[in-house]
Amino acid sequence: MSEAILVTGAAGSVGSTVVDVELAVNGATRQLTLDCAVTLLDALREHLQLVGTKKGCDQGACGACTVLLDGKRVLSCLTLAAQCEGRQVTTIEGLAPGAELHPLQAAFLRHDAFQCGYCTAGQIMSAVALLEEGRTRSDAEIREFMSGNLCRCGAYPNIVAAIRDVAATRSA
Amino acid sequence: MGFEYVRASDVAGAVAMVSADPEASFLAGGTTHLDLLVKDAVITTSRVVDITRLPLRGVTRAGDVLRVGALTTMEELAAEQVVAERLPVLREALLAGASPQLRNMATIGGNLLQRTRCRYFRDRAVAACNKRAPGSGCAAVTQIARMHAILGASEHCIALHASDLCVALAALDAIVTVQGPRGAERRIPLTELYVVPGDRPNVENVLEHGELITHVEVPLLPVGARSGYLKVRDRASYEFALTSAAAAVVMNGDTIEQARLGLGGVGTVPWRAREAEALLTGAPATVASFRAAAEAAIENPYVVPGTAFKVELAKRTIVRVLETICELRS
Repeated sequence: MSEAILVTGAAGSVGSTVVDVELAVNGATRQLTLDCAVTLLDALREHLQLVGTKKGCDQGACGACTVLLDGKRVLSCLTLAAQCEGRQVTTIEGLAPGAELHPLQAAFLRHDAFQCGYCTAGQIMSAVALLEEGRTRSDAEIREFMSGNLCRCGAYPNIVAAIRDVAATRSA
Repeated sequence: MGFEYVRASDVAGAVAMVSADPEASFLAGGTTHLDLLVKDAVITTSRVVDITRLPLRGVTRAGDVLRVGALTTMEELAAEQVVAERLPVLREALLAGASPQLRNMATIGGNLLQRTRCRYFRDRAVAACNKRAPGSGCAAVTQIARMHAILGASEHCIALHASDLCVALAALDAIVTVQGPRGAERRIPLTELYVVPGDRPNVENVLEHGELITHVEVPLLPVGARSGYLKVRDRASYEFALTSAAAAVVMNGDTIEQARLGLGGVGTVPWRAREAEALLTGAPATVASFRAAAEAAIENPYVVPGTAFKVELAKRTIVRVLETICELRS
């Protein structure tokens, strides 16, 4: 009755610091054997070669590593990969099929919403969630609810403009 | 240095697994556990017990009390209609904390047990930290301190409890329910969950190893009560408080009939300003009343040069939040 599910698999013997994880990323399922301490961010970048998600501060302060987990924006640097089993991970690579751009990706290009580009994937993933959350009713609201994504180049005005543009299209 | 990852399927199992191993720990949102564990190596663990799939998520209402599952996220609680209607101070405190991403991860139970942001605690290269290494001293007292506490503080430790949520919960008389290894549920007023550091800053709360917070009960404010949370910080958003105040009043004409006041950014624990509440109760809603309450709230602060500014700032924060909710200021 009172039992825990020990994570199973070849690596998952009791006391093991290695774990087998099945990750569903951008609609595809991948089987990985990872150290238990591996974050979702490192699993994506180092094990699945999905390097669109960026490692900025790696301690939850900058937002560059933002991905969607079951549709909600989270920081992949402070999430263990093992915690994501059975949940849907969406990264910047999974936003748009084929050569098409997601409307926010197109808007970021149109509005020149980046300079060095390092924070951009995180900004766009965060903005995708922002639109879903309906928090785009004013520039002030966009700024407040995008505050978890830092841009050291200071492209904020153009980031806000890009989001405002897509939000207007959606509500039109 | 490695640790084992285990996913718990029920509360009793999770409690049993952590209780059985002094080096084991619960893992919920991870937002201030994984950084200390994996990034900064300030804490160690033999086994993390992932509790995020336990059935402790969601909010129910029984009469005038909200029962909040400990694994409800900050964003989920902030989105509850009843919170917007009857606990504006709670909603404002939740949304003033962290960022949307972190609020999607961070749980209510985890928020209560978050560790301090004191940089000296979080840096293993700093030798003197009574919280991390009991008896070693306190680097913050003699070095740069800005984001530190002035109430409940001493030369042993000035580490701040940085939660915004807990400031509101302290003011609201929230109750924390806890499940321990012996099965019986404990109910602890939030203000009694924490231990002021004194000369043992490594002891932060009254929980035993293996005890798990399962729910937080929050009494609704009376219909017609006014409440709000004011957070003063170094940048407009996504920043910890320099000072903050959670206030709620019930008015009868221009007289304050009931008052609740919690303070953030100043305490080693979430701070309830009971003396100030006593002064406000029955007083006219005037700036003079608010200032008198503020003086009482920040009595006998322990300051170091870096935190001296907080004494006046905290008082003005109290006055301002009361002016705002009493509509003396738009």
